[in-house]
Amino acid sequence: MKFLDEFRDPALARKLLAGLECRATRPVRFMEFCGGHTHAILRSGLRQLLPANIRLSSGPGCPVCVTASSGIDRAITLARQPGVILATFGDMIRVPGGRPRGQINSLQEARAVGADVRIVYSTLDALDIARSNSAREVIFLGVGFETTAPTIAAAVVQAESERLPNFSVLSLHKLTPPATRAILDAGEVQLSGIIGPGHVTSIIGARAWQFLPEEYGMPCAVSGFEPLDILQAVAALVEMAMAGKPAVSNQYGRGVKPEGNVVAQELLKRVFHIVPAEWRGLGVVADSGLALRDEYRSFDALGRFPLPVEASQEPVGCRCGDVLRGVIAPPECPLFGRVCTPDNPVGPCMVSGEGACAAFLQYGV
Amino acid sequence: MSDSFVVLAHGSGGRLTHDLIREVFARHFRSPLLATQDDSAVWSPVVPKGARLAMTTDSYVVQPLFFPGGDIGQLAVCGTVNDLAMVGARPLYLSAGFILEEGLSFADLERVVQSMARSATDSGVEIVTGDTKVVDRGRAGGDGLFINTAGVGIVPPGVSLSGANARVGDRVILSGPIGMHGMAIMTLREGLRFSLPLESDCAPLNGLVETMLEAGPSIRCLRDPTRGGLATTLNEIAGQSRVGIEVDEGSIPVPEAVRAACELLGLDALYVANEGKLVAIVPAADEERVLEAMRGHPLGQQATSIGRVVPDHAGRVVLATTLGARRVLDMLSGALLPRIC
Repeated sequence: MKFLDEFRDPALARKLLAGLECRATRPVRFMEFCGGHTHAILRSGLRQLLPANIRLSSGPGCPVCVTASSGIDRAITLARQPGVILATFGDMIRVPGGRPRGQINSLQEARAVGADVRIVYSTLDALDIARSNSAREVIFLGVGFETTAPTIAAAVVQAESERLPNFSVLSLHKLTPPATRAILDAGEVQLSGIIGPGHVTSIIGARAWQFLPEEYGMPCAVSGFEPLDILQAVAALVEMAMAGKPAVSNQYGRGVKPEGNVVAQELLKRVFHIVPAEWRGLGVVADSGLALRDEYRSFDALGRFPLPVEASQEPVGCRCGDVLRGVIAPPECPLFGRVCTPDNPVGPCMVSGEGACAAFLQYGV
Repeated sequence: MSDSFVVLAHGSGGRLTHDLIREVFARHFRSPLLATQDDSAVWSPVVPKGARLAMTTDSYVVQPLFFPGGDIGQLAVCGTVNDLAMVGARPLYLSAGFILEEGLSFADLERVVQSMARSATDSGVEIVTGDTKVVDRGRAGGDGLFINTAGVGIVPPGVSLSGANARVGDRVILSGPIGMHGMAIMTLREGLRFSLPLESDCAPLNGLVETMLEAGPSIRCLRDPTRGGLATTLNEIAGQSRVGIEVDEGSIPVPEAVRAACELLGLDALYVANEGKLVAIVPAADEERVLEAMRGHPLGQQATSIGRVVPDHAGRVVLATTLGARRVLDMLSGALLPRIC
């Protein structure tokens, strides 16, 4: 298939791997920020094919995983209000919140006891639901990074132009560069480079990562999601790390421009403003979240349903936070594969297809 | 029928029910056993010495009712016929239970029933008994129509197929390209259109199975990779037989349209449902003969060997990736959900 098979060519992969073997003359450790990368690396078996000198750690790039349990609790509370339809992307329905065992602790459980939770594939579907259910309140659960947020912004703008009175968004969106800073500032993991998230960077632009070489002396290679994309990015990082010349290298030229997607950026600025946000594993990170601007207040589910949500707790023993910061690999968590499995997930990293724990368990690394 | 829509009275057991049975079900199913209109179908079984009876049941709730390459009626016959075929049984008779939602159009019902009749003829089975219930509008979620079919078949003497029979050294054969049924349904539900054709592979496999058993009577196990897809089926066999299975990623045929749709929705074709494919575990010595026989049958033209049964990692399936790495191929967990970004 065009634009796919070229990036999965086994012969080319072998060539790149052989090159890496020669060039990585000392041990290096790179973090792939994005859960999509973690998934692709494990699925293709790249991790075991890389030379012993090159280690990859997964980062916080799974939007489902970094949603704080308080966010899930709030979504469950909203979904259970009379007359509410909660529209969400599929992965979110299985993520456990912070309620004790025996209580309704996920959207899937809320749905089983009567809440109207609907899986949608796009915010436009959520708008359709609002149009055809005018007597009910439709709340869209806005989860995701810079990749997804513009589509939610577009839906809000559309809802405003149609004067849809029954549509609102619970914005739990997160921004990736501040989270990367938080990880580097914490200094818990010694990294030699960052594999930049391809889809996110197609929106924010490769330039948005310039702070990594400039402020942290950290090489960054923006990567696509096919095995050869990732190998190319690793090769670029090895090159920069060995030469001691950190820069931002765009290895995803077919999707990413230096300036990114300006239209999407404008849309984000129009609808959202930047606020502190709570991340699972990272705590509250300054300037890392998106909230609706005052002009769009009527589409903000927080303002429309000012419901108290009890303080919630992370599940006992769950080390998703450490996994999200790259401090431990999933198998190092005592619950991994024993208490916590994809069928009975304790933490969110075991739920999402992009979660590192689910990927490690699924592919048996 | 004079009415256009199913109403509650069609399930009351009274005159309207009788009209429905006579003018829709009996008219299309054309079974002498059904035509007696007694409470049960009654027949004298002809069971050769050493043969055994097989019985199975399955319920069909697919939505939408009609999809490229098939419909719920065809699925309800083929699915149950295939379950019988997978234990080596020759399917004989089916029952058909219908739950109709008030407001279902008769045109749709008739289309489904005609399709069932056609599939029954194609697979050589007879629908000999049935039941109809009508539920209030909304109780079937607006889907309109659920079907349950049960089937009875005869397992010929000497045939013994089971998921527990796989032995180290056996080969794994797949009858053709995977993922077509699941992706045909999913893309239709999501309103996605592709320039490449994407049709359900729904088909009765009993003819193919008969051909295979003639060529290789020592076949150990047959399984149709429906819900959960190929990956889940292989895991079931590895678990039941307490053996390891190793498959080569590059040898598994995935049609381009399925790959494209999977890429778009973030799904893995190895977990997507099929309705007209089978996996066979055969002794290595019979591999070529069985493959040749399969390729001579219209439903097995693209049959291919995809892996082997190994002594290591009992109960688990390992995939050799096209890049030359090896990783676990796990069972499907939860439901198939497209990813966020």
